Amino acid sequence: MNIKIKALKKSLWVYHVSGGSCNNCDIEILDCLTPKFDIERFGMVLVGSPRHADVLLCTGIVNKKCVERVKEVYKQTAKPCVVVAIGSCACSGGMFRDGYQMGGPLDKIIPVDVYIPGCPPKPEAMIAGIVKVLEKLK
Amino acid sequence: MSALYIFLSFVMVFLSFSICGMLAMWIDRKLTARLQFRVGPPWYQNFADFIKLIGKETLIPEKANAFMFVASPVLGLIATTIAGTIILFISRTDTGFPADAIIVLYLLAVPSIAIILGGSASGNVLAAVGISREMKLLLGYELPFICALVISAIKSGTTTSLGSIIQFQQQNGMILGSFSGVIGFIIGVLALQGKLGLVPFDLAEAEGEIAGGSLIEYSGILLGLFKLTKAILFIAGPLFLISLYLGGFSLSSITGIISGILKYILILVLFILIRNTNPRLRIDQTLRLFWGWLTLLGFAGILLAIVGW
Repeated sequence: MNIKIKALKKSLWVYHVSGGSCNNCDIEILDCLTPKFDIERFGMVLVGSPRHADVLLCTGIVNKKCVERVKEVYKQTAKPCVVVAIGSCACSGGMFRDGYQMGGPLDKIIPVDVYIPGCPPKPEAMIAGIVKVLEKLK
Repeated sequence: MSALYIFLSFVMVFLSFSICGMLAMWIDRKLTARLQFRVGPPWYQNFADFIKLIGKETLIPEKANAFMFVASPVLGLIATTIAGTIILFISRTDTGFPADAIIVLYLLAVPSIAIILGGSASGNVLAAVGISREMKLLLGYELPFICALVISAIKSGTTTSLGSIIQFQQQNGMILGSFSGVIGFIIGVLALQGKLGLVPFDLAEAEGEIAGGSLIEYSGILLGLFKLTKAILFIAGPLFLISLYLGGFSLSSITGIISGILKYILILVLFILIRNTNPRLRIDQTLRLFWGWLTLLGFAGILLAIVGW
């Protein structure tokens, strides 16, 4: 296996994109950093800029105002990067799928690699999703 | 002292300082995690980060001045490595030159200037906020840091050659053993904490507010070079302080190397404890601390050193 991919698997830097979410998934993402789950032991850290990121965690339905911004963030991210849709809203639109403000779901806007459903998904589910991302990176 | 000797020691310092610096940064991350009841990353974490950054795409923003954007991380890296070479090899008594401590002081300021240049070349608004903070921080900690150097220079018989300072301490005991030495050491540790951008003074990189600050537009290998500069600075800065106050790092015998590593670990633990017990300071609080209390303390230390305490 390529050493660069091996290093990438050991050091995923995560950037968190909110496409108009209700803040519930976002709080669950922060739960992953707490002592109980501690994803830093796998080398994952939250970074402040998409330029530094390897994983984009997208939450929310991506409303019409956010569509252009989410596209822009995806363009600004240094490749190779992985896009993860977190929560029912980002995966399918959830209960807002017929709403007038609906611009998503996320996979209509940018290519999504992993879907993690749930409202909100548990931190365990997110870690399981990230493990699937690691299998996908080859 | 031939050119080949200088070049070889430069390469050796570059390799050994980057490896040791990344391990020191791992100790920092691991201890921080343990203090927060977490497990923390494995020992190879910083190496994995660096190799990953080499493999990533490097983006240069449209608005950026491309030459300055690419050149500034290289500038910072070279300056820190030269500083490390002077501290470890060239400052020996046979190869040293007068006032090399002042040159090290200049060279240790260059990484911050490189961050300022790179941030301003990137053409990003948040980077502009970051570099304005970095500039104030640089102006802030340089004055107490110079005080720390002056105290050590006066104590060791008014010399600014690192070799003579170390030689003086080998004959008369560490400068840390005196009143003014303790004051200078405290000031030096706090100023280095600012230089390394560790937590009470990490306002230039504040990820929560300004999204990585001056490094916001950097990606791929250029970001990796900044991380490498920080790793080398993590060794070179404390080593400078060891030369000034703790009797230097001797490479000639096993006991010298072991005591040098113990001195380094003492300073590293001080850094980590300060970092984990303090919240981030605002820029006005930082300047008040550096230009107010620490500079006053530094002047008091200089007076005590002149009196001979």
